Amino acid sequence: MTDHKVPPILKPIRDVGIVGYGAYIPRYRLPAREVARIWRAGGGGTLFEEKAVSGLDEDVITMSIEAARNALARAGIDPDEIRAVWVGSESHPYSVKPTSTVVAEAIGATPHTQAADWEFACKAGTEAIQAAIGFVGSEMARFALAIGMDTAQGRPGDPLEYTAGAGGAAYLLGPAEISLATIESSYSFATDTPDFFRRANEKYPEHGERFTGEPAYFKHITSAAQTLMQAINASPSDYQHVVFHQPNSKFPQRVGRTLGFKPEQIETGLLVPLIGNTYAGSALVGLTAVLDIAEPGDRILLVSYGSGAGSDAFSLRTTELLPERRNQAPYTQDYIARRTEIDYATYARFRGKLTMK
Amino acid sequence: MEASRHWRLKQERYTLMGEICPHCKEKIFPPRDFCPACGEDARNLFQFSGRGEVYSFTTVYQAPAGYEENAPYTIALVRLEEGPMLTAQLTDMGDETVEIGMPVEMVTRRLRSDGERGMLVYGYKFRPQLARAISA
Repeated sequence: MTDHKVPPILKPIRDVGIVGYGAYIPRYRLPAREVARIWRAGGGGTLFEEKAVSGLDEDVITMSIEAARNALARAGIDPDEIRAVWVGSESHPYSVKPTSTVVAEAIGATPHTQAADWEFACKAGTEAIQAAIGFVGSEMARFALAIGMDTAQGRPGDPLEYTAGAGGAAYLLGPAEISLATIESSYSFATDTPDFFRRANEKYPEHGERFTGEPAYFKHITSAAQTLMQAINASPSDYQHVVFHQPNSKFPQRVGRTLGFKPEQIETGLLVPLIGNTYAGSALVGLTAVLDIAEPGDRILLVSYGSGAGSDAFSLRTTELLPERRNQAPYTQDYIARRTEIDYATYARFRGKLTMK
Repeated sequence: MEASRHWRLKQERYTLMGEICPHCKEKIFPPRDFCPACGEDARNLFQFSGRGEVYSFTTVYQAPAGYEENAPYTIALVRLEEGPMLTAQLTDMGDETVEIGMPVEMVTRRLRSDGERGMLVYGYKFRPQLARAISA
């Protein structure tokens, strides 16, 4: 790596912020003990309580629509002013036909809009936020909508099945002066690291076992967070909250400790024990839980991770507009509290693991 | 496959977009370009809130083609708060039981798929109104 005289951080010409945000988590929950019961795994249910499972009529399109409606309700803007609707996911319902056009149509953003689906494993949503910052920050658009949403895949019996959950969040990016949280700066760190992948036409992903840890998750998140904080002269103690990509409880807690964060800075945004790893939605839905309770002036560090591999880091500061805006849509905890437990058989039916022909 | 029909109906199906009569202010759903109340032309678009209550309901066990995977499911007559009544599936019932007068809200969901290779059709359904778990 070269030494950069100018820090390699991403900063638009015009200041950009989050004008509205919205979460979505489906109603159904599969307890980890159910997965352990079926696959006879001893003690497999200890690290996670349960994960959120989408219903029979839900997918990334329907879930994105609800999250986007929540973001719009908080923003209180005319959807006709949105110039980009971008959805990052590993579970787009179609291989060819954008999720984003259906979402854009459903929220009233068509036809004067850009629409595209993003892919970068679990960081496709924050990738879309980076692009939206560029769109708004260059004044190409006043508003751009970025969504990270997944109905995560895990092979039956695979350790991923304990965690692969469903949910995500939508963020409407716009001018900083009307934002509920401004984006101070951001940074992206990416390398070619084959820790986790799913080939085209395969139903379930493959993961690199121990390789998913050190050279992948930890290296990318640590590098992204440290480079960003260094560039803006921030340290962990400057932040009230930090949200990391959360494939399990252990990884974000450990990376937080390594970087110098305390458990209380992590806990509000750590939803994985209750809803599972929502892949492209994971860090983003964690941030919604933080915005639901943060005080004006709080600083928040958000660091995503996507296999393959890369991390996007964002330094945010909430504004005086946050307390009033957040009441305009359901809180993330409302969705978490709306909970119906299902057994493994119902899960198998809901997730299309039983076929009728 | 009826792509043209699904395409034509997308606005009313995705968002509950109806019409309002410019003459007598009747709110109309589904949109039909004339007012069922006064018989005049009515083409002004009106966005319904999506809130309403269950007027009546029944449960379908023998589902028509395209809906088998969801069976059994409950369909309801929903009285929108703006007046019109429509028929829609209820969803996200979990272990709640349906009751007449139950407050419901519109969500956009997958209605059906035209087979493994066909298009996915999205539209309105109604679910129990989401409760606030923590106070503001």
